[in-house]
Amino acid sequence: MIKINNLHKRFDDLAVLKGINEQVHPGEVVAVIGPSGSGKSTFLRCINLLEVPQEGEILIEGLSITDPKQDINKLRQKVGMVFQQFNLFPHLSVMENITLAPVIAKKMDKKAAETIAFQLLDKVGLRDKANSYPNQLSGGQKQRIAIARALAMEPDIMLFDEPTSALDPEMVGEVLEVIKQLALEGMTMVIVTHEMGFAREVASRVLFMDEGLVVEQGVPAQLFGQPQEARTKAFLSKVLK
Amino acid sequence: MDSMLTASISGWWQDFQGDLILNFLVDKRYLFLVNGLKITIQVSVFAILLGMLLGFTLAFFKLSPIKPLQAFASAYINVIRGTPVVTQLLIIYFVIFGSVNISKVLVAVIAFGINSGAYVAEIVRGGILSVDRGQTEAGRSLGLSYKQTMTHIVIPQAVKNIFPALVNEFIVLLKETAIVGYIALEDLTKGADIIRSRTYDPTMPLLSAAIIYFVLTTALSKGMSVIERRLRKGDQN
Repeated sequence: MIKINNLHKRFDDLAVLKGINEQVHPGEVVAVIGPSGSGKSTFLRCINLLEVPQEGEILIEGLSITDPKQDINKLRQKVGMVFQQFNLFPHLSVMENITLAPVIAKKMDKKAAETIAFQLLDKVGLRDKANSYPNQLSGGQKQRIAIARALAMEPDIMLFDEPTSALDPEMVGEVLEVIKQLALEGMTMVIVTHEMGFAREVASRVLFMDEGLVVEQGVPAQLFGQPQEARTKAFLSKVLK
Repeated sequence: MDSMLTASISGWWQDFQGDLILNFLVDKRYLFLVNGLKITIQVSVFAILLGMLLGFTLAFFKLSPIKPLQAFASAYINVIRGTPVVTQLLIIYFVIFGSVNISKVLVAVIAFGINSGAYVAEIVRGGILSVDRGQTEAGRSLGLSYKQTMTHIVIPQAVKNIFPALVNEFIVLLKETAIVGYIALEDLTKGADIIRSRTYDPTMPLLSAAIIYFVLTTALSKGMSVIERRLRKGDQN
């Protein structure tokens, strides 16, 4: 479980997060939507401390990640992250991309890591790409490998930062399909997305963020069907045709 | 007309042969060039190795969050880059090692290594900064430590980016070692100069030395282009 208390983040003088209180329960799929600049990505990046908040507390399985005494590397192993720009390691093969962290950070046996990697490649439908390099893959394939790479650490929670925003339209579906599959398997996930249809279909809860705050939240049917706040209504009327 | 030309060519050829014999064969003078070349290569190779060791260390100092390390690295780089390498060589030989009996080759290696370290540091720092931030973030988000992320993800990519600049630094270094004659170390240039002083013919020995330097540096930069092309083929991402 993730518990977030009074989260504040500023970049110099610009306040990006202005006090967020949230909880994500095991098995929940939380979609975070909102206009660009609303702080969605920053919020997500705070959860694994890629951004260090100035104020507030984040607890993962009861452990405070903002506590400097915590071993942040150990905690991050429990929180997988998928980036908009994939960020695959271009100098490593697909197999090495997936096995690097288990072998280095978890001291897993290389053979065991490769066995897991093949299972994950099957899951994302790319077993035949094990020996390819990232520059030989399409955007959709890169993102599916990035998901497999994050899953190889066997995380409890997966964070997705606009996972389809850098993709050509015809490749969005294959990536969403993989994420949907994870949801069905009960993976706890926080997904920042612009794909409203996907959020509606897959999320168990939707957060609408604007100007550094969670303005409104609820189950998809409610948030998309009967939004209560004026800002939510205004946003949805623009993005839903 | 024809016979005059033939005569002048054969006369020139005889002079040339005579010069060759005088400058290189008499008293086995070619050995000054051969042994000098050995010294030049020895000093250059060990100096660049020391320079890389220092350069990588200084680059990490400069990128580290620890202020005193940053300050030390900046001061080092500024002082070394702000003073002539000849002066540095003389200071290290006469001031620092003035009262000890130490091999001149070692002194030259230390001097050029220290000097090169400053330049390599800036190259390495630029190379590390040129690797996309997303690479570090991906590594850290997987639970790798800063050091593991550096060793396995950032540095391999940085080295690929800076490889041409490092070879270039080696070429510059190789040429700069020609000043070791200042501490009476007999490198290629000094060797050629010794021949000149014995034969009173400056042209042949000095041009020979220049040609040898040129062949070495050209071979290095050609070799670099080949390797660079092969490295580039692997990745655009």
